[in-house]
This record gives sequence, C-alpha cells and structure tokens, in this order.
Amino acid sequence: MKPWEQDPLLTVEHLTMRFGGLVAIDDVSFAVGRQDITALIGPNGAGKTTVFNCITGFYKPTEGMMTLAEPGGTRFYLERLADHDINAEARVARTFQNIRLFPGMTVLENLMVAQHNVLARASGFTIGAILGLGHFARAEKQAVELARHWLERVGLVARADEAAGDLPYGDQRRLEIARAMCTRPLLLCLDEPAAGLNARESDGLNELLYAIREQEKIAIFLIEHDMSVVMRISDHIIVLDYGKKIADGTPEEVRNDPSVIAAYLGVPDEEVEDITSEVRP
Amino acid sequence: MVEPGTSFGQRLKSALGDSFLAAIITFALFSLVLGLRTVDNVTGLTLQPRPMLLAVTVGIVFFGRLLLNLFVWQAQYPLTTPFAKLFTRDPFDTRDMVVLGATALLAGAGLIVAALFNAQAYELIAVAVLVFVGLGLLRRAIGRFCPDLPYGRIFVVGGILFAVFFPLTTFGLEKAFHLGLPLRYWFDLSILVLTYVMLGWGLNIVVGLAGLLDLGYVAFYAVGAYTFALLATHFGLGFWLCLPIAGLAAALWGVILGFPVLRLRGDYLAIVTLAFGEIVRIILLNWTEVTNGPNGISSIPKPTFFGLPFTPFGDGTTFSGFFGIKYDPLQGIIFLYYVILALAFLTNLVTLRLRRLPIGRAWEAMREDEIACRSLGINTTITKLTAFATGAMFGGLAGSFFATRQGFISPESFTFIESAIILAIVVLGGMGSQLGVAIAAVVMVGGFEALRHTEGLQSFFGAGFDPALYRMLLFGLAMVGIMVWRPRGLIASRSPTIELDKAGAISSDLVGQGRA
Repeated sequence: MKPWEQDPLLTVEHLTMRFGGLVAIDDVSFAVGRQDITALIGPNGAGKTTVFNCITGFYKPTEGMMTLAEPGGTRFYLERLADHDINAEARVARTFQNIRLFPGMTVLENLMVAQHNVLARASGFTIGAILGLGHFARAEKQAVELARHWLERVGLVARADEAAGDLPYGDQRRLEIARAMCTRPLLLCLDEPAAGLNARESDGLNELLYAIREQEKIAIFLIEHDMSVVMRISDHIIVLDYGKKIADGTPEEVRNDPSVIAAYLGVPDEEVEDITSEVRP
Repeated sequence: MVEPGTSFGQRLKSALGDSFLAAIITFALFSLVLGLRTVDNVTGLTLQPRPMLLAVTVGIVFFGRLLLNLFVWQAQYPLTTPFAKLFTRDPFDTRDMVVLGATALLAGAGLIVAALFNAQAYELIAVAVLVFVGLGLLRRAIGRFCPDLPYGRIFVVGGILFAVFFPLTTFGLEKAFHLGLPLRYWFDLSILVLTYVMLGWGLNIVVGLAGLLDLGYVAFYAVGAYTFALLATHFGLGFWLCLPIAGLAAALWGVILGFPVLRLRGDYLAIVTLAFGEIVRIILLNWTEVTNGPNGISSIPKPTFFGLPFTPFGDGTTFSGFFGIKYDPLQGIIFLYYVILALAFLTNLVTLRLRRLPIGRAWEAMREDEIACRSLGINTTITKLTAFATGAMFGGLAGSFFATRQGFISPESFTFIESAIILAIVVLGGMGSQLGVAIAAVVMVGGFEALRHTEGLQSFFGAGFDPALYRMLLFGLAMVGIMVWRPRGLIASRSPTIELDKAGAISSDLVGQGRA
C-alpha cells in the first residue's frame, strides 16, 4: 500500500464523465494524501481539467464517487454537493487555467470576497450589520488581517489597493492562489499554476507551494505541463491519457513507466513500422 | 492635423474632395427622405418634390465639412484647440488667447446687434457662446488658483444642500416678495426628477452592482403602486403603513421573477425580464375585478403629516390648522417633495452601506465573474435573488409614492418605455455610480421636460415647432454620444469598498517585505 492510500484526504473511485458520446474520463480512481503535493499530468486533451471540474463541482460526474475525509472524521461526498458548498462546506478551493480574478475590484477586495461566508455570518446576513448589531467590524478586521497575511506571502501587499486586472500576469496567478487560500481550504486545486510564468517566477511558485504545504498542513492537487516543475515538487503523480489513468506513483516510478513514455513521446519506431506495414501491406 | 510642409493648394484639394464626397452621400441619403414628400390630395397620395430643402441640406454638409476640413481637421493649428483647452490644464499661448478673445468679441457684438434688431434666435446663440467661453474660463481660473479643492465632494454636498433647501427657500422668497415664480411647476418637475433618481438608484443595484440586465424594472414600480392603491382604496390604510407593505410586495415579486431566471445571463435574462414587465402590465390591464382594468384606480389618498392631512378646512385637524398657518396648496406639494427626497436618500444610503457589506461585494464579484464566485463558496442563487429583491423593493417604494402623488394610476403608466428610460438613466450615468445615475436622471428627465418650455427654439424652427416631440430623437442622440465618448457612462470609475491602511508604520514595513 502506497503512503497516500493510508487515510487519504480525497478518494476518487470509478470516476466517469461522458459528454454525449464522448467519454472524457473513463473509470479513473486515485487517492490524494493529506499534506501531499499531488500532480495530475497528461497530454493535451487527456481529461485533466475535467477531473478538476468534477472534484470542484462545476461538472456533475456521470458515474463515480468522490469522498473527502476531514481530519475530524466527517466525510463529504463531493458528487452530491452543490459547487459553492464544495468550497464552503468541504473546503476545497481551486484556481483556474485561464485566470478568473475579479478584475474591476482591488486586490484586497478580491481576498475579501473569498471570505464571504465568514463575513456574511458575522454581518448577521446583512440585516444585523445594517442595524449596527453583531460583531461585523471585528470580523471584517480579522478578514483584512488574513488577507494581509496572504498578500505578504505572495508579495502583493504594496499593490493591495490596485485593481486586480491591472496586475501583471505572474502577480495575477499568485493573487488567485492567495484568494483560494483565503477560503481556508483543506485541499487546494491548482489548474496549471505555472503556465505563462518565466523560470524565476516558476521557482518562486514552487517555494510558495512548499511553504503552503509545510505551514498550512494542507494537500495541494495540481495540473501541470511543465515536467521540471512536476518532477521536482510532487510527492505523488497521476498520469492520464485519453481519459484513462495510465500511471500512478512517485515521480521516480512515473518517470520510468513505459506507458507514460509512450504517451508523452509516442510509441517506439519499430511499433510504428509494424503498424504501417499492417495498414499498407 | 496634417504633416507640416503641405502646401495650401494640396490641403484645399483634399478638403474639397472630402467635402464633395460627403455632399454626395448626403444627397443619396436624403434625396428620398427630405427631397420628396407625400401629400394626401383629393386625387390620392401625390409626391411633392422639395428641391430647395434638399439643396440647402447638401449645401450645409458641403460647406460645413469644407470649413471643418480647412480649419480643424487638416489645419496646422485647429481652431478648436483653445476651446478644448478650456477643459484641460494645458497652458494657453498667444494664438489661443487671440482666438478666444475674438470669439468673445464677435459674440458680444452679435448680442448687441441682435438686441437692436430684436432677433431672438441670434441673441440666444450669442449668449450660448458667451456662457460657454465664460464658464470655461471660470473653470480654468478656479483650477489655477485652488487646484487641490475636492471638487467631487463640493459638487455632491452642494447638490444635496440644494435639494434639501430648494423648495423651502423658493417658497419663502415667493411668499415674501411675490415674485410670481412658477413654483407649482418647479415642484412637480423636481418631484418627477427625484422619482426617477430613486428608480435609477434602485435599478442600479440590479444592473450596476449585480450586473443583471433587467428590462422589466417597471413591473416592480407597478406592483408597488397597485399594492398601495388597492390597500388604500379598499381597506382605507394610510400611506405610511402601506409604504413598507408595498416595498415588501415588490421584493416578493422580485424573488418570484428571480427564481425562474437564475440560470440566465445577459441577453437571455434581458428578454425574460422584458416579458415579465409586459406580463405584469397585461395582468393589470385585464384583471378588471381587482385592478379596474384600463380605467385604473382613482382617488388614492395623499400622505399625511403625522396624521394631519393637507386640506384647506378643519381647525386643528389639518396641517395648516394645527400649526396655525395660512393654508396654501403648495404645502402639500412641498411635503410630497420631502417624502420622495427622503425615500431617494434612503435608497442611496442603503446602497452605499450594502456595497461595503459582504452581500454588496458578492454582488459586484458576481458581476465580474460568476464562476469564480461559485469557486469561492458564494451561493450565487441567493446572491442573485437578494439583488433582485432589494432592487425591486426600492422600485415598489417609488411606485407607491407615485400612486399617492398622482392620486390615480392605470396600466398606461407602466409601459416598457418607462423601463427603458430607467435603464437608460443607469447606463448613461455609469453603471454602479450613484452620482452618475443622479446626474443622468436630472439631465434626462429634467432636461427634456425643460425643453418643452424653451421659447428660443421656436424662433429657429418656426412657431409650430414643439421640441417635446423630438424627445426620443434627442434621447437617442444622447445615447449615441455617450456610447462614443464615454462608453462606460458619465462616471465610469469605481471606488473600492475597502482599503488596506498603508499610512501606518507597520504597513510600510510590510510593503518592504512585499517587494523582497
């Protein structure tokens, strides 16, 4: 039994997603360990983002079961929760492949929106705060402190009052991670966090992810194309190809797996010759 | 501007060519529209050619464009430069001063000559030019000598003070000096403007903050008006009791509309809300047993001042009797003015407060990106419903005010064009901007209403000219103008709802760390 299969945070069993006749994910099962950095890799169109969308509730899977087990023992069946409850109740946060910030709002406001549920409760669901009841002011102060903490972590304190849409690309990526972290998640899902970053920014991202894992004690589940990043930071790699899982293991195991090499580099030349000879006798 | 060194001959040639092309296009466009007129004769419809009108139109375009080409578009020194500079902070040079001075002198001379010959139209033009230059210079002078005044704040505070003191001051002046001011008309007009300001602010919550395009806002206005009218006429309930009930009823209908359209966005949402507005109007028209159909509901009571009605007779039981002042029909109207002013301020204050609460930020976040909102655990269903309900509630409050002011309501008052006007106010003002919406409401409603009473225009276009007929045309022109020059509305900027305090000592340290 592999280390992440003992008491995993997230267990995905027999996940299948069909769009009409197209099978985007075909019977995929895996586990995401607590405090692991787990990577989901595969060629373009392998179904990685579809897996993410199923876990975070943006798609309802055709078949399968996704269980998130909290440290306290509470279990959430993600396929039964509404998408906003997956974040609010099960504490799964995500970022998007094409960044989805609130561009017209300031950096700080972006982080305040992320703490909506906490603040909404503190504001007595608006009515209390309008009447001046409750402890909204204090809750808001705490929310600003949490936001400031994450802005420090991603190095954006100086730009807190600028519109999020004005930030450079790399800053927007980091702000999206900070925003996800402001929802206090147990599982952080990152969809291609290093896409479009230069080598230095990408190193900074690795450090940030390590730091999050070490200090927040949460699991990180990420899709990534950049193999150098994946092999360096992951504890556990899952490889998808054409919607099927073709490998699952440590970076070392995955690197030497013949089916992964075939999926990424194509099949060896002899096999191609075999096939051509079959087609054109 | 042209390349320096182009000879005058070349410029004239290109200017003539361009003007000629414009003239041809004008001729092609207007040859049928203006050049021919159908006249209903005894023998049937006949065509009456109007060559002179067509020639004059084409001539205006040709020469107008030629002048623009020579002196503005293709000139080394565009004649419009000094006028544009009036509204910037660029320094004037000698040439600018000469042009401005010449313009002012010409306008002044024109004013005197026009006054001598009693030519009202030219007088009006001269005054307009003088006022334009004068205002521009005044603005520059203020900007030069006190550049750091908070103009926005002064404008807002001035506007609020004006709104608060305008009726009492003018009423007092009138009573003291018998100036013969058309007070009744002024008050009615300002009540109308304030009603639209309130409706604009209410719709701004739905469209401006939450980003849900609502073309049926008038439905909530109607629900509020009919709720009050029916409760007042059938059960004899007073305005102040019915006001919150009408607001709640409208909010309820907001939720009822909200539920089926939750999944829709943009154009689709606009179509469904449009249909909802029409459905409500048609129900009001046809459910004769309850709403009295097209005949409407009449003799709706006026609001009272803490139980004291504004009626002429009855010692001590009426407003004037109780306070021992002479009865004046304007007292009731001034009271109505303050009621709608208070309601509008309430709308504004609640909106400003909500913007700084989680729900307001969620609305704005939903406008920015709904999917991101859901990924952050925000229940967009509830968020949308609250936006619909809050906006609808203010529409309902305004509606019940409308009913009590008019004393009579019928489905006629709640047609689609009302929704369109309110939406136009929000869009022109700048979605999400409270000040912009207020300015747009004043300009659109007050400005067009004032147009009806402009005698000067008749001296241009003949005695039979009624500017009010061209209301929709001007409306459209204003829309096009705004879309060209300020595509996001008069006031497009958004003020953040929260700031990280950067003045404190700790924060400057943080900034240093942030950059490391």
